Amino acid sequence: MTPEELEQIAEDERAAQSQYKQRVNVCVAAGCLSCQSQSVKDALDQEVNRRGMKDHCQVKGVGCMGLCSEGPLVSTSAGVLYQKVGAADSGAIVDSLDGLPAARLVCPTDVPFFSRQKKIVLENSGIIDPERMEDYVAAEGYSALIKALTEMTPREVIDQVTKSGLRGRGGAGYPTGLKWSTVSKSVGTKKYVICNADEGDPGAFMDRSVLESDPHRVLEGMLIAAYAVGASEGYIYVRAEYPLAVKRLRIAIRQAERVGLLGTDICGTRFSFRVDVRLGAGAFVCGEETALIASVEGKRGTPRPRPPYPAMEGLFGEPTLINNVETFANIAPIIRKGGEWYAEIGTEKSKGTKVFALAGRVKNTGLVEVPMGISLREMVFEIGGGIPEGRKFKAVQTGGPSGGCLPTDCLDMPVDYESLAKAGSIMGSGGMIVMDESSCMVDVAKYFMDFCMTESCGKCIPCRVGTYQMHRILTAIGNMSATQQDLKMLEELCDLLKHTSLCGLGQSAPNPVVSTLRSFADEYRAHIEDHRCPAGVCGAQLVGETA
Amino acid sequence: MSSYVAKPTPPNQDKRWKLVDATIRRQGQQARGLIETLHTVQEAFGYLDEQALRYVAMSLRVPLSRAYGVATFYHFFTLKPAGEHTCVICMGTACYIKGAPQLLDAVQRDLGIVPGETTADKKVSLLTARCLGSCGLAPAVVYDQEVAGKVSTSAVREHLKKWSSHDA
Repeated sequence: MTPEELEQIAEDERAAQSQYKQRVNVCVAAGCLSCQSQSVKDALDQEVNRRGMKDHCQVKGVGCMGLCSEGPLVSTSAGVLYQKVGAADSGAIVDSLDGLPAARLVCPTDVPFFSRQKKIVLENSGIIDPERMEDYVAAEGYSALIKALTEMTPREVIDQVTKSGLRGRGGAGYPTGLKWSTVSKSVGTKKYVICNADEGDPGAFMDRSVLESDPHRVLEGMLIAAYAVGASEGYIYVRAEYPLAVKRLRIAIRQAERVGLLGTDICGTRFSFRVDVRLGAGAFVCGEETALIASVEGKRGTPRPRPPYPAMEGLFGEPTLINNVETFANIAPIIRKGGEWYAEIGTEKSKGTKVFALAGRVKNTGLVEVPMGISLREMVFEIGGGIPEGRKFKAVQTGGPSGGCLPTDCLDMPVDYESLAKAGSIMGSGGMIVMDESSCMVDVAKYFMDFCMTESCGKCIPCRVGTYQMHRILTAIGNMSATQQDLKMLEELCDLLKHTSLCGLGQSAPNPVVSTLRSFADEYRAHIEDHRCPAGVCGAQLVGETA
Repeated sequence: MSSYVAKPTPPNQDKRWKLVDATIRRQGQQARGLIETLHTVQEAFGYLDEQALRYVAMSLRVPLSRAYGVATFYHFFTLKPAGEHTCVICMGTACYIKGAPQLLDAVQRDLGIVPGETTADKKVSLLTARCLGSCGLAPAVVYDQEVAGKVSTSAVREHLKKWSSHDA
């Protein structure tokens, strides 16, 4: 594959697409698929066929359009978005292509949910067909790879990434350029690039959406990274619980191999790279990089002490670059438009955009991409549309089991790595769960502790025993049988786990407890002193919670 | 010096072992292919029994203890056959906030089993998931690979009733 051949593919595809005067895009990502969007697409296909419009009207399956709570979503070339579409609505939608929008199905797009977003990672999602490489190429796909391979040295690629200020989107926020530069300087007989798609945080589905909606974007990011650090082999470690993402990734890899974008001597250069998919098997700890490496090697996913960091000694003992799905998805635009362009977006220390999975007790749930530095209030009340059923906002949880709950007085805080850390939470991979007054914060803390206890790999004692003991105390508080002494012990354990656990799982396991103790101490007091649960959740013993 | 060890023959004539063998070959009969191979076995047979674990361990030349260790470490692998139908209730944060515990409670009472178990008539297996990533549609339930969103207690009961009465 030469750059000219790629350009030819893009031109052919654009020409083919321009034949269609009209287009109907149906979301076929997992969210809408579980609302039967496949049957909607089939019905639309039939309707278009029946009316003999096949030559100028295309029905296309596309990736996530964001507003998952209102799915199945359908958009048309007339610029209208339809929500909650059923197979029976296909006639009305095809009618609307030449006339007025079908009013009863219209989803307004001039609301903050859409207008406040800024799409970089998700720019193709909802527009291109994730199972066709040509569609991606026509949308400037792989042009960043060509640019990197033909016009830039590996050093220049790393410089652009450093200049962009991009930080790891997996949660910790380590500067990506610095990581790349460390791996590129490491010496090994072979180097590896791993894409961490083991999205284990409950309440987070950004990576799933990106992989389902635009898998080639992630591959392109990995290819550029491999070129920059000098790697020749790569793995995508993806959850087995995401069958559709796995399927689309495998399709994308096969397509890229067929045209020679993966393999040996890519684009006529001496750069060679091949990628394989590795399925995770449901262990949260495998999101930790050393545990992930153990799992790719076919072992139990237990972490090991660092240093040596994977950048020096990673997979099979060789230098390894590990980045998250969203980090890789940011690379192509950075190379295409330059690091400075990216650095203009966001705040001083947190550049660019971040994809969030907005869920919980909020009106609009789904996937949003916003510039860093947006306030939590805007996220919850403008983009999210506020709390339904006239209830009162209580907290927003970020960062999953490693994060914390942010109360009302944090609402005006900007969303960036530093501010969230200062408030006792973390950016995390991007799950954002809104809670209203019907949630009990002790119960939420217990829920996350149950998660960490079950997911602890058992290698180090502070985490294995500590999470068990903390869960025991939180259960006692929930049963109204805890004492002040228990509370004191809980606080001590928080400190102990944070400072003595081996990996991030144990170190951050106390975060939900610490943050709720800080902001919702009155709820803990009500349980211990007055033996009552202000939200009315605890006490009513729920069966099977610890199962 | 490594000596050549002949690849063991599959435990029986079942054609599905061919799929397993293909994976083992693709992984170069190396220990690093253990998880991939177990995935293939589980996909083909539905679960991992002792016979399968022994065969995989021998083929990849890893101790049986390691194969067993890996199979029990990861939640995705199961050592017991599943029922005719499976009902997976998502217990992710968003689902938890929106009433998944109540769903689970109702299902447990109706079926008389706890997550990880199968009903005595081998009809329904009940499982919980950490997060399906369908948080926008919370609470979510998977009925035989099919994800359903915004599930109510009555809806899940209805669905289970259909399974147990169907060709009873």
